[in-house]
Amino acid sequence: MSESTSSGGGLTEYIQHHLTHNQGQLFGGSFHFDSWIVALGLGLAFVFWFWLFARKATAGVPGKGQAFVEMVVNFIDGQVKDTLHGDAPRSVAPLALTIFVWVVFMNAMDLLPLDISSAAVMYTAGPDAAHHTYFRLVPTADLNTTLGLSTAVFFILIGHAVSAKGGLGFGKELVSAPFHAHGIAAIILAPVNLAMNIIEWLVKPISLAMRLFGNMYGGELVFMLIAGLMTSWITFVPGVFANAAWAIFHILIILLQAFIFMILTVVYIAGVRESH
Amino acid sequence: MNLNMTFFGQMLSFAILVWFTMKFIWPPLNAAIEERQKKIAEGLSQAEQARKELADADARVAAEIKKARAEAAVIIERASQQAVQIVDKARQDAIVEAMKQKAIAAADIEAQAHRAREELRAKVAALAVAGAEKILKREIDANAHKALIDQLAAEI
Repeated sequence: MSESTSSGGGLTEYIQHHLTHNQGQLFGGSFHFDSWIVALGLGLAFVFWFWLFARKATAGVPGKGQAFVEMVVNFIDGQVKDTLHGDAPRSVAPLALTIFVWVVFMNAMDLLPLDISSAAVMYTAGPDAAHHTYFRLVPTADLNTTLGLSTAVFFILIGHAVSAKGGLGFGKELVSAPFHAHGIAAIILAPVNLAMNIIEWLVKPISLAMRLFGNMYGGELVFMLIAGLMTSWITFVPGVFANAAWAIFHILIILLQAFIFMILTVVYIAGVRESH
Repeated sequence: MNLNMTFFGQMLSFAILVWFTMKFIWPPLNAAIEERQKKIAEGLSQAEQARKELADADARVAAEIKKARAEAAVIIERASQQAVQIVDKARQDAIVEAMKQKAIAAADIEAQAHRAREELRAKVAALAVAGAEKILKREIDANAHKALIDQLAAEI
């Protein structure tokens, strides 16, 4: 809270401070080190955790840890099998597992105390450094992260479309669907179809990214507004209750948004694999 | 929101994570799960089969018991018949034996009676001789004669 009292900005400055990324330069562009390092750290934590149990997985009676990991794997596997009706390539389920757990982890950073990064910097480097050090904890509240994921999914979708229909079949479908015609009408409708398909294809990654980003950014912002309640002793207790209530509700959003991102990816894959 | 190099960084991270999951996490976990599912399915079918076998054995035992009981009943029946026969035979034998004993006894009695009669006859003859001697020694007296004969008759 030192920011809100030390400067005239109050809550506005507090929120702006918390919405500023830890930026730097990389390959001639600015780079959000906080989003990238938190995301990568959480991703590595996920693969390390699951790898530990995958390494010694046996068909015998599983321990609690293995049972939990297997439960997650089974859940994802069931979703993928239900959506793709059995003709799922082997890569789809691992992709869905990675998306789900990784996004859950990144979303869950919302539940850490807002000022935990500032506090860490303050205790190690002093209040002055804390004032100039920015660090955002939630990678999925950064559009770069969500769009990075959804664009990767976009390329995977193209890969699936090509592998299921062949390059020629995929290209042909781009100009012959959704409006089917024969003869001269087909030539006239080709640009229309192409435009429709480009829109349809672009909508998928953009909607995926925007949905997740919007939910997490909004959630983070609400946490910051609630934190603003705690600057006054009068609103401190209501603030605590509001914070707890929002955090509990946010657990649902964290899991739900990760699930939506994962299941929509699988649904899109199923969609592009079947021909129109 | 400003898009920048972070976008590519995150894409790269994602690609690496997906590759690692696909290569090292999913296959062993899925294999373990599927193998366990197979084991469980086998165990269940084995249990089902064992239950069926137990039911079969129960039915066999019941049939066996029923058969044994029927055999026992037959044996008891035969034994009781035999017992009746034995008792019958014993009674018959006893009757025959009793008849025989009775016949022997009757023959014995007959023989004794015959002997007694013979003895009596001999005695009567002796008495008659003695009577005749007495008559011959004395004079023949009709009255005395008559008294003697009466005495003889009384003696017989």
